[in-house]
Amino acid sequence: MKIDRRDFLKLAGIGGVVFASALTGIDRWAYGATSKARDFYFLQMSDSHWGFQGTAVNPDAAGTLKKAVAAVNGLRWKPDFIMFTGDLTHTTDDDKERRKRLAEFKGIVSALKVKNVHFMPGEHDAGLDEGAAFREAFGKTHYTFDHKGIHFIVVDNVSDPTSSIGDAQLQWLDTDLKKQRKDTPIVVFTHRPLFDLYPDWDWHTRDGAKAIDLLTPYTNVVVLYGHIHQRNDFMTGHIAHHAAQGLMYPLPAPGSQPKKAPVPWDPANPYRGLGFREVKAAVKNVQYAIAEYNVMGAKI
Amino acid sequence: MKIPNGALLFACAVVLLASSVVDLGGGGISLGQEEQVIKVVAKRFEYSPNTITVKIGVPVDLEFTSLDRLHGFNCPGLSIRTDIYPGKVNRLQFVPQKKGTFPFHCDNFCGSGHEGMTGTLLVTD
Repeated sequence: MKIDRRDFLKLAGIGGVVFASALTGIDRWAYGATSKARDFYFLQMSDSHWGFQGTAVNPDAAGTLKKAVAAVNGLRWKPDFIMFTGDLTHTTDDDKERRKRLAEFKGIVSALKVKNVHFMPGEHDAGLDEGAAFREAFGKTHYTFDHKGIHFIVVDNVSDPTSSIGDAQLQWLDTDLKKQRKDTPIVVFTHRPLFDLYPDWDWHTRDGAKAIDLLTPYTNVVVLYGHIHQRNDFMTGHIAHHAAQGLMYPLPAPGSQPKKAPVPWDPANPYRGLGFREVKAAVKNVQYAIAEYNVMGAKI
Repeated sequence: MKIPNGALLFACAVVLLASSVVDLGGGGISLGQEEQVIKVVAKRFEYSPNTITVKIGVPVDLEFTSLDRLHGFNCPGLSIRTDIYPGKVNRLQFVPQKKGTFPFHCDNFCGSGHEGMTGTLLVTD
């Protein structure tokens, strides 16, 4: 029997983890470029912190990511792709151990039936070696790809330990954006929030405002990020920013307590606050471009 | 120019008086008449001292050194920050304009204890 994905997640002990994010401006996407656009969905998975140990926070640290992989494999409809938005592994000061954790993570997610999987680093993966071990395992830390008329941009704001994007990558972003139309649907993936969510807890990107300035002229932009281990929705102008849950431990709401610390495990609600995100890209308003031809086939 | 002995004694008394009325309470502190100089040592994953007390309206000169790697000092409540590079004194000068308790933290990722590398800056009367 094929079960509904929500039921499956409940059975897997990760109840209530899926929600659909409607991308802002999505109803406008059908016009213009999106002759290639079709309805689809993808998953955002984040902050699996493979290698973390702490039974008070997650007594199933070695099993949670595997449960999530099984849950994704049990989905009735497969996502077009999966994006991991960083902190794949928990940080370690030992370079060898970092590579070992990245390899173990890679082995676990290789069990995903969906093979179109993209990765980006978090500061736990890349902050101590400027992304060297991550690049060995997964390749570039910032890149773009296109899917069914949507332009996806992966911005690395963690490999620089100063939590900055850096001038070189900002220039790269500017160059890429200039190739897009102003109404191109754009989804940006980052690990840290680009805006100042809560700087007291280091929940920001030092030069994130520069990236937002570059994105602002574009009318259909959404930013999906991780880092804060909880859902959070915020607008900077017309740009929506959505943080995702993590897959190891939740963190408290911004500023809700004096110090940032993982939320303790709740035996009565195991896996609460952990999960992954489904993002549906739905084209709602179909518009038609009509052209007339004469009998000789010439456009008139 | 020869300075009369009496004038010299008077100048020393002024400096001593200024020092006595500015009680900063933190460690590694030396005082001038017009500024509060505070030395702060950073290392994974702590500051020493991690509680810094300064007086409102009096210029502050924080002198950071790092014993191991790049760290940061970020105090969003006062909108001040600096990088702390090893092998040099990293100076941050400001004049506190509001009283209160302001947390600070390392904002350059420095390892497994990074998120606990925090402290408190107290601005008092």
